Parts: sequence; C-alpha cells; structure tokens
Amino acid sequence: MSKILVIDPEKCTGCRLCEQVCSVKHERVVNPYRARIKVVKWEMEGKILPVVCQQCEDAPCAAACPVHAIARNPETGALEVNYDLCIGCRTCVNVCPFGAMGFDWVTERVIKCDLCGGDPQCARFCETGAILYVDKSELSSIKQRKGADSLMELMTKVSAAVAGTG
Amino acid sequence: MALSKKIAYIDLTNRRVRTAPIPLEMRNLYLGGRGLDMYLLYNHVKPGADPLGPDNVALVSAGLLTGTLASASARVHVAGKSPLTGFVGSANMGGFFGPEMRMAGFDHLVITGKADGPVYLWLHDGEIEIRDASHLWGHDAQQTQVMVRKELGDDDIQVMTIGVAGENLVRFACVMTSLKNAAGRTGMGALWGSKNLKAIAARGRMDIKIAFPEEALEYNKEIITQVTSAKVSKTMQKLGTLFIWGTTNSTGLVRTRNFQSNQIPYADDIEPESIEEEMIGTAGCFGCQVHCRGRYFIKKGPYTGAYVEGPEYTSLGAFGAEVGCTTKQTVLVGNHLVNMYGLDTLETGSMISWAMELFEKGIITTKDTDGLELRFGNDEAVIEAVHQIAQRRGIGDILAEGPLKAAEKIGGDAIKYLIHVKGMSNLHSDERPTPALALNIATASRGADHLRSRPAIDLYHLPEKVLRKIFGNPVPYDGPLTSDYRDYEGKPWEVIWQEMCYGTVDCLGICKYHTVFLGPNMPNFTEWPKLIYLNTGLEFTSRDLWDIADRAYTLERLFNLREGLTREMDWLPDRYFDEKTDRGLPVVRGKSIDREKFKKMIEEYYKLHEWDEKGRPTKKKLKALGLENEPSHKL
Repeated sequence: MSKILVIDPEKCTGCRLCEQVCSVKHERVVNPYRARIKVVKWEMEGKILPVVCQQCEDAPCAAACPVHAIARNPETGALEVNYDLCIGCRTCVNVCPFGAMGFDWVTERVIKCDLCGGDPQCARFCETGAILYVDKSELSSIKQRKGADSLMELMTKVSAAVAGTG
Repeated sequence: MALSKKIAYIDLTNRRVRTAPIPLEMRNLYLGGRGLDMYLLYNHVKPGADPLGPDNVALVSAGLLTGTLASASARVHVAGKSPLTGFVGSANMGGFFGPEMRMAGFDHLVITGKADGPVYLWLHDGEIEIRDASHLWGHDAQQTQVMVRKELGDDDIQVMTIGVAGENLVRFACVMTSLKNAAGRTGMGALWGSKNLKAIAARGRMDIKIAFPEEALEYNKEIITQVTSAKVSKTMQKLGTLFIWGTTNSTGLVRTRNFQSNQIPYADDIEPESIEEEMIGTAGCFGCQVHCRGRYFIKKGPYTGAYVEGPEYTSLGAFGAEVGCTTKQTVLVGNHLVNMYGLDTLETGSMISWAMELFEKGIITTKDTDGLELRFGNDEAVIEAVHQIAQRRGIGDILAEGPLKAAEKIGGDAIKYLIHVKGMSNLHSDERPTPALALNIATASRGADHLRSRPAIDLYHLPEKVLRKIFGNPVPYDGPLTSDYRDYEGKPWEVIWQEMCYGTVDCLGICKYHTVFLGPNMPNFTEWPKLIYLNTGLEFTSRDLWDIADRAYTLERLFNLREGLTREMDWLPDRYFDEKTDRGLPVVRGKSIDREKFKKMIEEYYKLHEWDEKGRPTKKKLKALGLENEPSHKL
C-alpha cells in the first residue's frame, strides 16, 4: 500500500502555508521559492492551482535522468533523488510536465517532493482539505464522490426549477 | 535570522537610498512593525509638519514575526502623520506583501521628501530601485498591480499601491495590496499620493531563517489548532467577518442612518447568509488557516463579471446600515469600488451617511450636491457619492476632506451630526449601550477606532473568573471586573489590556483574529514569548511584551500631544449622551452614555496609564519605559 498527495484546487484558499512549512521542513528556513510545492495563482481572476510532484507511475524525470539518480522509495512510494549519483544537469527539471521538479540555487541541487518520508507537511497543515494524503486505493472513490456531488447539486437545481414551473 | 533584514531610508526628493542594519537594542525596545514605526514617526517627523507636505514621512514595516512560522503573520504596517486627523497615522494589512518584503531583504522603509514626478519602488534581493510611475498614475489599485507585474516580468511580485483616491489626496485614501487588503485607516494613501509615490513592488528570494525549525513547526501546528478549533474561527472560515453582523444588528448595536437608530430592520438581503450565496469560496492571507476573505463575482450591473474579494463587516455598515441601504448589490459594488479607488471603506460610508443626514435636515440641498438626491436608502446615490469622493467631484470634493474639514466647509450645524473622535469617523457600531466600547473609541490614539483597544469580549457575558484570568495577565489586576457590558466599572482596565494585546500583535505582524479580539481562547501574552523564541531566538517574558506595547502606545500619545491633542478630545460626540437608543433587545434599548460616569471612566483610565489629569504621561511613567529622552534619534 502506498499513499499519494491529492490536490483539490477548489478547496485551496491560496494561503501558501504549504509552501512555508515545506521550505522549513526541507531547508530549515521560510522561503517559498525553495519549497517543493507551489501555489500558482491568477490572482486578479480568482484562480488558484497548487502544483506538486504527482509521483508519476512512469515518471519522465526518472526516465530522462542520464545517470539513473531518480528512483522510487519502496516504503513511501515517493520518487527520490539520489544525490550521490545526481550530476546536477537539471534534465529532470526540463522534462517534468507539471513544473514540479525544481532547482535550488542555494544548494545547487534539483529538488522534488519526497512526501517528507511519509508524513507530508503540506497535507498535515492544510485544514481546508485542498491537499490530502491518501492511499492510492481511495483516489477513485474520492473523485467519484466529488463528481457525484456536483452532478447531484445540478440535478437538484433542475428538479427545483422544473417543480417551480409546474 | 529573521533579524538580518535591513532598514532602508529612501529620499524621494534627491532619489537616494541608504540601508542600515536594525540594532538588536531597538528590537528589544520595540520588536518591529507598529512599535518601531512609532519610534521612527516620533523621531523623523518634525513637530507641526504638514501631513501632505514633503516633511511628512511614509513608513512601511514588517512585524518581528512577519512571514515566520507564527500563524497569520502576514501583516505589513504603514505609518506617517495622518492627513485625516493630524495625529498618529497607522494602519496594517495582511495579504502577501509583508513576507515578500522581508524575503526581498527589508523590514523597515523610511520614505522622505517628495518625488518630482510619479514613482514606484522596486525592492528585490537586497536592492531598491526608484522607478518612473507616470504610466501607472491614474490606474486603479488592481490594474496597477497587474501592470507592475507585467512590466517587471514576474507574476510572483507583490505590490502595495494607492488608487486614484490616494493620487487625488482624499484624506482617507488607503494603501492596497492584492484585491482587498487595505492599510485602511488614517489616510496613508493620501500621504503616499502627496509624495508622488504610487506603489511599492517586492520580490525576494532571501531566506527568513527560523531559530528552531523543528520546534517552531510543531508549535505553529499547536497554535493553528488552538485558533481554528474555536467556534469564532470556524464561523469566520465560512462567512468571513460578516458573521459579526448576525449578532450586532439583532442585538441593536449598529448605528443606522448615520446615528439615528441602532438597528436596521427588514435587512434580510444583507444578512451574512444572504451574501454567502454570492460567495465562490474564501481566501487566506500568507500562512493563515482562518481564511476570512470572501471571494465573489459581481453578477449584475455595470461591473458584471468583476472578480472581487470581501466584503468585510465594515462594508456592511458603510454601504448598508449607515446609509440606510438594505440590498447586497450595493454592498458588493461599494466594496468593489473602494478597493479599486483605494478608499477607506469605513470613512467613505461614514462621510456619505453624515452627508445624508445633513441632506435630510436641509443643511445641504440638491444645490450643494449638483442634484444628487442624498437620501438614506438611495442605493444609486451612495454609489455615485463613492465615485465623486474618489474623483473629488461635486460634493465629493468636500467629503474627501474628512469629517472636521468637511464640516468646516459646510458650516452651520453640520459638525453636530459628525460621528467622529479626533477627526476620524467611527465604525458602524453604536456604543451607547456598551461603556467599555465607548471608552475604547474615545481614547484610541488614531481617533474613533475599534482596532486599537476594543474589548469585544466584554459583550460575551463571560464569568468574572474567566475575565480575571484573561485581564489579569501579565500585569496583575485586582480592581473591579464585571460580566455586564452595560456597566461602567472595571472597563478602563479592559481597554488598557486590549491596547497592549493589539499593540503586541501589531509589533509582531500577527493578525488580530489570532488573539483575544473575537475569541477569548485565542493566543495572547501566554503564548507569544515561546512563539518569538522558537522563531527568532530572542527571549522575552510576557511582561516584557506588555512593556514594549506600552512603550509604543505611550509614544503615540506623546506624538498626539505634540501635535495638539488635549484631554477634551478623549471624548464622544454629544449625541452619545443626549440621544437614547430606540431599538434592539430590551437590555440595549433606551440607552445613552452617562456624562458623569464616563468622565470618571476617563479619569480612571488616565490613572491606570499613569497619565496626569490632562492625559499626559507622567515623568515617572516615561522614565519607567525609558522614554524620557525621546526623540533619541537612534534610527
């Protein structure tokens, strides 16, 4: 069994606490630009999307790494960088389709989410439920329920409208 | 450390920038934020300086804990001599600018002189550029932020800006960041406008170091749990500050039609739950789990499609109760307009409602308003008046001068109908049934002000034992304390305790909703020493923090006295004593403030502060706080 981070942008309030605690956990400082997660905002349009590593099953970062420095941690399921092997070429940063692979200019290392070794601080601190840390087997159910919720809301509105006209 | 950030002196006249470290001694005396700003205000503004002249100083500061692992530490403080009152100008706001400014390398900005044309400041990675802002002048607060980000090519940039109201020197113009965060009160936007300072942009990649990262992370979690487990926070997460309305209006603590009643009936459309129907969610400031800012799109009228944040409780008064309007569309649009123009929503609503009462009484007529029917409940007139104030057109040009100057221009009995203290208008709250809250607005250093010292929990009928626990720490107090909010006894101490409580969070850069304001179980002097230690490594006792807040508050008093404050100004408008409340629950109906009892309250308040009978801090008090040699020009 392994767990993954599930993002629900609709629940995100854009507070960036996840960035803050991530940077403290990994770099011991507050610096959102050195965090492994980023809350991307289109502020004036009211749109928000937290971006973090998806721990892809067939991960471009690992596939593209010329020295095979990115491998899955069997305990947490996280793709992790082995810095003994990493040559710092940043190919992984370039190929990640989500922009979730980063480069820390202070340590001069590529950085990515390692699920904090199994206790991801972003999910722990996010009280709105915008970032959940759940077992992979739960993912479908969570999304089904969310999809059904919005469909049911719509159907209820339609029924009410129909009843109103009758 | 978080303490490595610098102070920058920016001379706009000569376009020179100088930076310096902030000595630890000054941290120990004032922490940062409002505390250090008050030191800078007292030291850098010459006595009698014209608030809109080049001798005034525009101050911007981060709190000691801004951006650290102290929950809700998003605040940035803005200060100067107030163009509205001529006394202390001071306001703070959340959002994301404060933390970003620190990551750009700066904790305090001291902006002097006047630029020869519009400029904005660009703070990034330890450097400050003074840039041309001619192309930004005339743009609203939202558009300015978009333009700055585009020009500098970075969407992560945070911008503080004035809108058109600040450019037009509306004396209650504010400074804005993001969609709705406003350093709202005392006219700091006009001060910026007078300096040709349109905006400050910041982007930083510099660390905010945390003294004990693991422990600070865990303690942050504890504090967040303490805050968000409180019912008041859960309610605010859903409704924002609008929730307060549910209690205050039904009780009868809301000033209506300027000051003619204390409750607005048949106002279902502006109930929080009704406005919630418009909400698509809520937004949080940096690192905050209370996320009290509403988010909505305007669905009708000329602003259809606009994305807006808010409205706050205050705007319910400004565009609802005070002006006698009961449609949420007016509240939502009014909120949008003040955010765009950069106007203090509270002062705007108060000025309009005052003008409406003058119109009703015939003191002004359509001849004075160019035909504008300033009748209570006239939604269109309210919205039009907002435009006129910001653009200084018609009657708006007079109202833009703020209460006292506008009353002088209109003349006659106009001044009698002002609901102000020291030249600043009151919130849409009616304090006649609540002497503690009345004392708060009468004595606050900014003027009629609910955020300097309001003991809001006085309204909760808490058992005396609980009151003693809260108000007896860190300075022991064995005088009277009563659970009845209609009492006069014991309230002066509550006001002073709140002054120190709010003063401390303002120095730290923490939001007031994370302390004893609306919730009695919130963090206060008990939690702060540990919070400061884990984040910065600095050691303070609870009592040290009280003294620091007292030092800042006393400096505000000294500043005001120097600028002409007298004890007569620590007082309420006559209507508080002469007119009785006519609505609400039986316990608040038929209430007015008793002059004699209120005078005794003021005397008691001075005594507890160790101020003399004229409201001047005694030599002994100044010595105890180390203020006997101010101004000392250490920074």
